[in-house]
Parts: sequence; C-alpha cells; structure tokens
Amino acid sequence: MSDILRYFRQDMLPHIWCPGCGHGTVTGALVRAIDKLGLSKNKVCIVSGIGCSSRAVGYLDFDTVHTTHGRAIAFATGIKLARPELTVIVMTGDGDCAAIGGNHFIHAARRNIGITTIVMNNNIYGMTSGQYSPMTPKGMYGTTAPYGNVERSFDLCELAKASGATYVGRATSYHVPLLIDLIHSALQNKGFSVVEAISQCPTYMGRKNKIGGAVEMLEWIKDGTVNVKAAAALGSEKTKGKILIGELHNAPESEYTADYDELIDRVQRKYDKFQGGLYGCASNSD
Amino acid sequence: MAKTVKLMQGNEACTIGALAAGLEFYAGYPITPSTEIAELCAEELPKVGGKFIQMEDEIGSIAACIGASLTGKKAMTATSGPGFSLMQESIGYASLCEVPVVIIDVQRMGPSTGMPTSLAQGDVMQARWGTHGDHPVIALAPGNVRECFDLTIRAFDLAETYRVPVIVLSDETIGHMREKVVLPDPSEIRSVRRAAPSSPAGYKPYAAEEDGGVPLMAPFGEGYRWHVTGLFHNEAGRPTNSGEVADKLLRRLSRKIEKNADELADYAAESLEDCEIAVVSFGSSAMSGLSAVRRARKEGVKAGMLRLKTIWPFPEKAVAELAKRATRVIVPEMNLGQIALEVERVVAGACPVQRLGKVNGELFRPEEVYAAIMSAARGDDAAGAGRAAGEAR
Amino acid sequence: MRVEFRLSGSGGQGLLLAGIVLAEAAILEGKNAVQTQSYGPEARGGSSKAEVVVSDEDIDYPKATDPDYLLALTSESYKTYGKLMGAGLVILDSSVTLDPEIKARTVSLPILKTAAEDIGKKVVANIVALGVLGGISGAATAQSLEAAVKNRVPKGTEELNLKALRAGLDLAKTAMPQVDWTMKRSKNER
Repeated sequence: MSDILRYFRQDMLPHIWCPGCGHGTVTGALVRAIDKLGLSKNKVCIVSGIGCSSRAVGYLDFDTVHTTHGRAIAFATGIKLARPELTVIVMTGDGDCAAIGGNHFIHAARRNIGITTIVMNNNIYGMTSGQYSPMTPKGMYGTTAPYGNVERSFDLCELAKASGATYVGRATSYHVPLLIDLIHSALQNKGFSVVEAISQCPTYMGRKNKIGGAVEMLEWIKDGTVNVKAAAALGSEKTKGKILIGELHNAPESEYTADYDELIDRVQRKYDKFQGGLYGCASNSD
Repeated sequence: MAKTVKLMQGNEACTIGALAAGLEFYAGYPITPSTEIAELCAEELPKVGGKFIQMEDEIGSIAACIGASLTGKKAMTATSGPGFSLMQESIGYASLCEVPVVIIDVQRMGPSTGMPTSLAQGDVMQARWGTHGDHPVIALAPGNVRECFDLTIRAFDLAETYRVPVIVLSDETIGHMREKVVLPDPSEIRSVRRAAPSSPAGYKPYAAEEDGGVPLMAPFGEGYRWHVTGLFHNEAGRPTNSGEVADKLLRRLSRKIEKNADELADYAAESLEDCEIAVVSFGSSAMSGLSAVRRARKEGVKAGMLRLKTIWPFPEKAVAELAKRATRVIVPEMNLGQIALEVERVVAGACPVQRLGKVNGELFRPEEVYAAIMSAARGDDAAGAGRAAGEAR
Repeated sequence: MRVEFRLSGSGGQGLLLAGIVLAEAAILEGKNAVQTQSYGPEARGGSSKAEVVVSDEDIDYPKATDPDYLLALTSESYKTYGKLMGAGLVILDSSVTLDPEIKARTVSLPILKTAAEDIGKKVVANIVALGVLGGISGAATAQSLEAAVKNRVPKGTEELNLKALRAGLDLAKTAMPQVDWTMKRSKNER
C-alpha cells in the first residue's frame, strides 16, 4: 500500500467520490500498472476532462491537467505532440469521452497518437446527478430518462477499434487484476490505446435502476460480463447479452508523433540551408 | 544587419512574425479567411523542428495549443469568427489557468456563416467577452502587413510575459492584402519567454509576489508535477470552493492586465496635435480613415487620426486625451458600433461621438469617412453627419 | 504618382497571381505597391477581382478608387466593372463584344487567343495579360516583370511564363497607337 500511496497527492485526500464508487478502484489500477512498469513520475502526464472520473487526476502526483468537458484527448494531443517522450494518459468518463468528447476520441484513434485513454464507464452522468449517457443501456433509467432510456448505447471498444485504435481492452472495477494487466499492456502500446473500465455508481445508476448498493452493483457487473477467451469456448448461446472483457484488439502500427518526427527529419534534410532563411519562406506560397 | 524587402500578405506576415517570435507549435482547423496561416505553418514549422497539426475542429485546436504550451512550447492557432466562437470556452480556461497562447482571428462577415470571403470587424466584443466570467485578455489589431508581423511577435511576448491568451484581431482585408514590407534582420528580434522557476522544491504554480503579479510557470515533464485545473484554485494549484480564494485569484488575474494598461496601450497618431475632428479607428477601416484625414487636411480641416493597435485593454488615456481637444470624434468600423461603445464610455460626453458603422462586407471608401469629417467640420449634428456619410443604410 | 489597376475575370484565370506579380515587379523597382482581392466561394468560375495600387509615395488606402486601368477578360466582368470606369482605360479581351453603354476608352486585345494559340497554353493568359498591363502602363519595366514572374510562378514553368509575358509585352506594343489615339480622344472629349 505504501508503495502505491507515493503516486498520490496526499494533501488532496480524502477524495470527493461517493462511498462505494468504482472510480477509486480504477485509479488504483492505473497507478499499480504505472508502478509495475517503473515509469518515472516526472515523465508521466495525466489529463482529464469534466465529471466524476476526471477528478482522479487531482489526486495523482504527476503533471496533471483537469481540462474542459470532453476535451481531455485534445489537450493531451497537444502535450504528446509537443513532448513525445512523455507518457500521456487520459482519464475520462462515459459522458466526457463518448458524448461531448466523441469527436476527439475517434480522431485520436484515427491518428494512432501515443495516448492511453482510460474510460471510467459507470453508464451515467454522476457529477450532474444521474442523467443518462451514451453508454446507458437501452431501457435503463436516469433522471432524464424517467420512462427508461429509448436510445441505443455505444460499444465504445468497437468504436475505438473501428476508428483505428491499436490497443483496445475492457475490464471492470470487479476484475481488478485484469484491469491492471490491460492498462499495463495499453501503456506499452506505442499508439492510441483504449481501456474501458466499467465502474459502479451506486448513488445514481444503482439507485435509479434499483440494482442496489456497491456490492450488488459489482455482482451485477460480474454477471453481465464474460471474458473474451472464455466466451470463445462457451459459444454464443451462453454469452448472449453479456459484455466481453479482456484484451479485445492488439494490432500495433506506427505511431503518429514518431511519424511526425520522421517527417521533420525528412524535411530538415531537404532544407538544411534553412538557418537564417526565415524570410525565404513566404515567397512562393500563393 | 540585412533588412529584407518583400511583397507579403498579411496572413503570411502573421506566420513569419510567429516564427520570428519562436513559434514551436500550431494546431488549427481550416477556415476562410485565415487558412493561409495554417498552410504556411504546415510548410515551415517542420523545417525548424516545430510541430503542426490539423485538428478535428477549433475546440480541439485551442485545446491542443494549451496542452503544448503547458510543456513550455510557444503555441498558436488561427481562425475566423465561427471558429473563434468555438474556441471561447478554452480561451477562458487559458485565462484562468494562466497558460500563454496566441490566437489570430482573421475577422469576416458574421454572425453565423455570414459572408465567409467578405470583410468585417465584428469580433471586437467577442475578443473581450466571448468566454464567460470576468477574465483578463489582450487583443491587438494590425493596421497593415508590417504590423501583422510586428504585432504577432508582440502577441507572443505579451502572452509569455503575462501568462494570458493574446488575440490578434486581423481582418479579411489586412489578412489577404499584399504590400511592400521591410522586415528587420531576424537577429534584431528579441523575443520573450515565460519566467520559469529554478527548482521544484516548494513550487507553487499560482503564487504571485505582488497584487497583479505573474506566477512562475514550470514546463511539464521536468519534475514539478503540478496540477492545472479550470476550477478555481489556490496558490498551490489545488481546486477550491472558497469564495475568498476565488475572489483573490480573479482580482489578481484582472489586475495583472489593468495595472499594466499604459504599457500595453499601443496606437498610431496622425495630426492629433491641433486636431478638432478626430477619427478613431483600427485595422482595415483605419486605412480608409487615414486617407480621408489626409484629404481633409489638404482642404484645411483640422482632422486627425488615432489608430488603435491595442484594442484590449482599451487605450483609455489616449482616447480621453483626444476628447479634450476634439469637437467631434468619428469612429469608422466594419460593424455597427463596437469600438464606438468604448469610445463613448471614455469620452463620457466631453464631445459628440459619431458611430460610422458599415456591414456590407466592403471596406469603407475614403470618401465615406471624408464626408463624415467634412460634415462634422460644417457643424452638422452627429446624427445628420451620419446620414450624410450614408451610415444608416 | 498613384496608379490603380483592376484585374477582373472569372475564378481560376489566375488574375490574382497576375496582380501579385505586377505588385512585386513594382517593388523590385523601389516603388510601393499594394495588392488586394475580392472573390466568391468558387475556386473555379464565378467572378474574380484583383487590384493593384502602385505609387512612389506612401499608400494609405489599398484599394482602387478610380482605376487607371481595368483588365476585363470576360463579358461579365467587363459589364460589371466597365460601367464604373471614369477616365481610366479598359483593356478588354477581344473575345468580348463591346458594349455601347460603357463609355470608357477601351482597347481590345487578343489576350486569351494569344495564350491558347501562340503559346499553346490557355492557363498562361494571366501572364499574357500581365505583359499587356505592364507594357501599356509602364508601371514596371520588362526586366522587373521578368524577375517577378520568375519569383512567383511554379517551379518548372518559368520559361513558359516568360514566353507568355513577352507575348503580352509585344501585344502592348502593337496596341500603343490605339491607346494613344484613345487617350487623345478622351482628352478632346473632356
């Protein structure tokens, strides 16, 4: 425990999360993965947006940015491109990532920029007290879905994969060792990595949907998921309606900021006389 | 020291100025009439080891610039009205978190998509109050191509000095116009970089030595491990719900610009010494104004021109001084009276202020301003003079 | 002395580039020059207008207020801008029919035809037009125009464009008697 505490800003504790919230478990899994990799605290930068999940960065002892709603990946893109040697991590929620930030999410995946995005998916907007999100399953309740949600939800991992993310995994706040493993692998992937961490919100999701408290919610999560490896053996009949967890996609490709650095090398070799030629550049740009 | 003489476009001059100031990072989204800036950055930045990225929208562009700036890089984006609107939330973020960033807004006809290829100067108030809440901001308005170069360099210097977003309010005419410019030798350009702490020990990212002071800014990745948040925060950068801490922070942020307003004020004066009819303008409108003032002088009318290069903070002293001598202040601008509102506030009834607004996308012809000057010289009332100049169309 | 040019035609004819080269040629001679433009949403087609102001003095206002020269390569641009002409000269492509309602003095020259047939490339009509404008106005010498063309045209097309420029300068020479005549006429009419 003491080893893990050194990754936290202890003057910031206690945290603001509700009793029984799963976000602390996910945050713990992240620092354990960082610890396992032995990354220097000075070379890791963690970026978040707005929402319950995004408060995590305030508690972590790295260079951290708590940005505007939905924009964490865009801020992180600037940081990573400006300083590719840093390990850049985004901590976001289902609303922050899949609703208001959806566009940045798919484009970061398309670019395959070296950012590890951890989506704490509690299927609801917790910070604003229980509205349905793009990850709320159809038929479930939220304060803005008083008669049941009529919208379909995203499969965020499929979305990430289709958009070009090169590492995609899903675990939950129940399956903690798996979650640590996935984050550990994701951090080692050079491109855009996504780990969806299904997390429980007893205060709103649990109450609104009569699932119960934290323990019942964790059981609900456990029963609703199946490991991708086990699913292959069980067959489609037994896994119907279950959410797959485990490593879902691992297909490394060249990483965007490394490609850009290569471009710089190429351009600089071509224009090696550029020094002092500041004013030369506007000549033929019409 | 070799001077360079070139035929250069305003948008090019902004880009070359940015490079001269040490630009290292550009993120943007294509939009008329600013796109040449992105194109030139894409071409030139890699040559100096800098980074260019075309983001998925303007919201992402300003966010990426702020991210890059946090690592210590000089970052810029360029846009026009619709994109500038999309950037507003994060401009507020940069103000509150004190992250230097330069935004070039090449203004076009709005609101909405408007007339994308036509001239307007309608973003004056958006530059000041576009984001919610009280916040510090600096906005500069180039009046010719050389000033696109100079004021972009100044924008970087001010952003780095005061840790604020700085907006360069260019416009379609200035941005696309090409003219002869004489540029200084690059070695003569002294650019400023933000003051950084010397050691992580005891580093407080938002501790200022005095009221209105600017805290030291550490680059990411160097062991400072500090927290940046758009929540109100204390000197250590920790979020707070304390009204007292928030009040103190917001007042310091405003003071850091207010108390330096005199140093920030920048303008060009022509024939103001004995001027009776004063024209106050900025950007492309000021070119028409200057031509009209010179013509009126030839006719023996004591006309003068105050051309604002700093828009925000508004150069109050210069305008108030002018109002002591003038019998009329005429404010030509390509909007329905945004700078005029400020002029009226500062003149405070000392003399009549005549709004000369134009919103058809075509730069004032010098005759339009000239007619207003001559009408004022004849002593027509301001409303009548406005009609004479065709203002009420 | 302030000399104003308005170059008009349709988008894609390269008139903006012609304006830029004209302004640059003037600058190479130590004069002041400003080039502005107005354009619609079309990248090709639509109407296009570029303006150049050349002066030995400071240029405070960048646009043409009373052009000394209007270049019109299309009927539409001729009708739109020809009507606004005062004492200045209209240089019209000979493919455009004269409009009796446009009273400005006018010379018609086969600019588009020279590019298409003599040079063999329609796209260099803008540079032929540049040669005509430079030759007739004297705003820049042939030498400066050549230098500016070399600076501004795409790499690899220099020779083609210089050929077009010379063809334009030749057209200007053949036009000078007509120009002189129209100037005399306009003086007499004043």
